[in-house]
Amino acid sequence: MTAGFLQRERIVAPPGWSRWLIPPAALSIHLAIGQAYAWSVFKAPLEKGLGISGVASALPFTLGIIMLGLSAALFGTKVDANGPRWAMAVSSACFVSGFLISAVGLFLGQYWLVVVGYGFIGGIGLGIGYISPVSTLIKWFPDRPGLATGIAIMGFGGGALIASPLTSQLLAAYGGTGNTPSVSGIGMTFLTMGIIYAVFMSVGWLLIRVPADDWKPAGWDPAHSKQGTLITRGHVSAANAIKTPQFWLLWVVLCFNVTAGIGILERANPIFQDFFRDSTPAETLAAAAVGFVSILSLANSLGRILWSSTSDFLGRKNMYRIYLGVGALLYLAVTLLGDSNKVVFLVCAIFILSFYGAGFATVPAYLRDLFGTYQVGAIHGRLLTAWSTAGVLGPLIVNAIADARIAAGVQGPGRYTTAFMIMIGLLVIGFVCNELIRPVDERFHEPRADAATSTTGAQA
Amino acid sequence: MTDLTSENRRDGALNPVLIALVWLWVLVPFGYGLYQLVIKIPALFGT
Repeated sequence: MTAGFLQRERIVAPPGWSRWLIPPAALSIHLAIGQAYAWSVFKAPLEKGLGISGVASALPFTLGIIMLGLSAALFGTKVDANGPRWAMAVSSACFVSGFLISAVGLFLGQYWLVVVGYGFIGGIGLGIGYISPVSTLIKWFPDRPGLATGIAIMGFGGGALIASPLTSQLLAAYGGTGNTPSVSGIGMTFLTMGIIYAVFMSVGWLLIRVPADDWKPAGWDPAHSKQGTLITRGHVSAANAIKTPQFWLLWVVLCFNVTAGIGILERANPIFQDFFRDSTPAETLAAAAVGFVSILSLANSLGRILWSSTSDFLGRKNMYRIYLGVGALLYLAVTLLGDSNKVVFLVCAIFILSFYGAGFATVPAYLRDLFGTYQVGAIHGRLLTAWSTAGVLGPLIVNAIADARIAAGVQGPGRYTTAFMIMIGLLVIGFVCNELIRPVDERFHEPRADAATSTTGAQA
Repeated sequence: MTDLTSENRRDGALNPVLIALVWLWVLVPFGYGLYQLVIKIPALFGT
């Protein structure tokens, strides 16, 4: 019987297939779904055009991020079982449908369709798309898993870089900007973006291949590959992984690393203005704050590939020691120095954000080290619930505390002292959790024969 | 099974061209986004 077009048996790579075709396949999915981070560009036009509140205009994004975590956790096993082409096609269908349903909603003046379309259906596309290439990349790059997953996950960060100016330009072209934006113009922007992403993402699911059973990189010998104390030769199923303390320690590590990064990222513009209002001319302060947000986005994106690929040489545990330990010291420097030195402030913020991005990018390789490749995609999906939690925790801590300090009449950097001290505490807790991670007990490993059959090409 | 083999053989033969094209496919939009970002950074230093 011929395998279905989406099934993994259909996409086993022939001899000579270059593994360097796999990262762009992954990138065409991640660069698209990373659009989610550029949602804020739609907020003002939606609020003015439909007369809705700031909370209401944030709903599609919030629901989308919640659905990202939930769908990655719920469908992770299915993604591993059905293979990456199936996952990428489903992700593309959901993500693009989200845009098209939103466009219809705006043409009809029904905002709830935007919430359901972009937030719920599109959010499922985000979750499945985020984990879809991870286990495949790890299997194509057993010698450099940090580099491979770093490239893809950098794409998710980079997606907003593309979507943000693209959305602005489309909105302007369709009359969806200004004080009285055209609602159908906003709808046309959604429609156009849906079509663009449908074409762009198709390269991902058309191109993706899984390595054959006996494939390995030229000149690479698994017996002589880098061996760390944490790197397992066994394989752990997703169901067993969540029973191990290692999974939950890593969950806390990821959650608190992300929380600390979001603490600055989510409020970057007002943080900069509050820190340097006195030392920057009023007429350039707003533009400088925009420049600050841009440089943080760049650090977030580049940190993903830079630090994650470094983890192939220094080891995953050491890299998280840097992200969490050095990250805590950088936060401490920002808190203690306040507005006394802008250069030090910028350097610290850039490194903090690069560690934030790197935390996302290095974690799939860390999971591979601890649990093997058997169901690493599904395990990664379950771990992403830490991201959803941090997505609520980070903004909550910084905004609630900063708002209270502002209400109390506090000016300047003092508005953020308490919030930053909490972030330092979270990073220290994360550091301790990382120190507690030990190799997974062999009783959680799959029987050797099962795992050997299941980790080869067909299951990639 | 015949379908499978022929599809993969056809794809495999295109590898070098395909590699260049698909990297351009993702790098061109990424470069556009990066450029749009970088031009905003000088404002941070008041230029």
